[in-house]
Amino acid sequence: MPNRAIVLLKVLVHVACLAPFLILAWHTWHDLTHPDAVALLGPDPTATLSHGTGFAALRILIISLAITPVRRLSRHLGWLVRFRRMLGLYAFFYACVHLLIYLKLYANFDWATLVDDLSKRRYIIVGFSAWLLLLSLALTSTKWSIRKLGGKRWQALHRLVYVAAVLGIIHYWWIVKTGVLDPLKITIVLAIVLLARPVWSLIDAKRRQRRMAEV
Amino acid sequence: MLIRKPADIPSSEITPKADYLNRRTFMTGMAAAGVAVFGAERIARLVSPGAARADQKLQTVTSPFSVKGETPTPYQDITHYNNFYEFGTDKDDPARNAGAMHTRPWTVQVTGMVKQKKTVDIDTLLKLRPMEERVYRFRCVEAWSMVIPWAGYSLSEFIKQCDPQPGAKYVQFLSLADHKQMPELYQSGIAFPYSEGLRMDEAMHPLTLLTFGLYGGTLPNQDGAPVRVIVPWKYGFKSAKSIVRVHFTNKEPPTTWNMMASNEYGFYSNVNPNVDHPRWSQKTERRIGASLFHQRQPTLMFNGYGDQVASLYKGMDLKKYF
Repeated sequence: MPNRAIVLLKVLVHVACLAPFLILAWHTWHDLTHPDAVALLGPDPTATLSHGTGFAALRILIISLAITPVRRLSRHLGWLVRFRRMLGLYAFFYACVHLLIYLKLYANFDWATLVDDLSKRRYIIVGFSAWLLLLSLALTSTKWSIRKLGGKRWQALHRLVYVAAVLGIIHYWWIVKTGVLDPLKITIVLAIVLLARPVWSLIDAKRRQRRMAEV
Repeated sequence: MLIRKPADIPSSEITPKADYLNRRTFMTGMAAAGVAVFGAERIARLVSPGAARADQKLQTVTSPFSVKGETPTPYQDITHYNNFYEFGTDKDDPARNAGAMHTRPWTVQVTGMVKQKKTVDIDTLLKLRPMEERVYRFRCVEAWSMVIPWAGYSLSEFIKQCDPQPGAKYVQFLSLADHKQMPELYQSGIAFPYSEGLRMDEAMHPLTLLTFGLYGGTLPNQDGAPVRVIVPWKYGFKSAKSIVRVHFTNKEPPTTWNMMASNEYGFYSNVNPNVDHPRWSQKTERRIGASLFHQRQPTLMFNGYGDQVASLYKGMDLKKYF
């Protein structure tokens, strides 16, 4: 893939990743400045904002996880890896906005409420843990960090992204009511993305064995 | 119970209904411009589908039970932000899907511990007592709330007509569950028909409303047409919708959410800011239709109806019987 095409594609990915944020921001601005018009954020703006940013974080995070298995489909898809960091950082960005919305619109920066939630509510504990993991990955996402940590250690650290994604999905299941199956679709997608890796490795191992046998 | 001489104009006649009609016209105009931006499907969800129309007007008198000093939630929000899982689990699903429900002919069966079992036609029910407009606070267990001008009369009036036996201690309400009219019925993991129940003294309390309408018109399907109960001091899920059967019994009836997760949804489920839901605090609530930074407000004990209903629970540990 030529460099110019990559640059163009990167612009498109930026636009796609920013779109949910820009739409929510525009709707928020519209509703605050036009209190008498139909609310673009809907009847429950707090829920619209927190669900919208939470979904965006999960979706982008899972797309970033899909890059490696998709890349292995063909030798010609190697360039995909150049999009992985930016997707990961966008997922972190949405997780931050999601967290801020909770802090302001749910907890109103009230210390007692925060302590209460963080000690009692398991969906908040797993959600916050996922954010902490993403924070540590975002902070070490620079080339300088890779050099400083060394490739192996850096890679080991960044495998935590799988844990973050799984925690994110658990966070989602734990907030919906028993019997509500909304998180099912995205859970299946994550499961496929996660299972693709061992399946690919198995196929590779078989292939190598066959080649050995032929020799 | 004496109904005082109507002192105020029913809130339905001040502005809101005209208001929402204006909103509708405005939105239709917006829709054309918006299709390009959002795509047709999202617009179809934004503008009110046919299901939301409640054209039949109800004659109502005002009621001393109405709350004072609260702004009713816009009709558009009351009819497009619903939990009615028989029509789908998203808040806007019922407005889209409930149009398929037939509310005529409709009958309500009266069964269990009554002198005489019977089947009552909806049109008989509508004429049983004069319809009152009651503006009630409505608090969902999910920590959001509305203020709704319902139309109906006290459930006690109907219960007296049912002639329950002295041994009947509870009333159970069963909602319609018909896969043909509710294609989403099996989409969730919930066993239908929806079942709810009240202790007899709760059911006989004058605040408990047998409800046929809102904002001066008949109930839109997604709000529980053609008949539902409203128990304003309890979380919303206690107020069963689209009722087809009223059953009198001497045992606490099984109720849907209690069977799904008994640690989260108690049989009583009185609004109580001091008893947290296991997954969130109930100290505050988000007012639907309010602007972003004004949504959050404190939740009141018994949803603000403590003066009228606290005596029903005298001596009971409300943390245990949540």
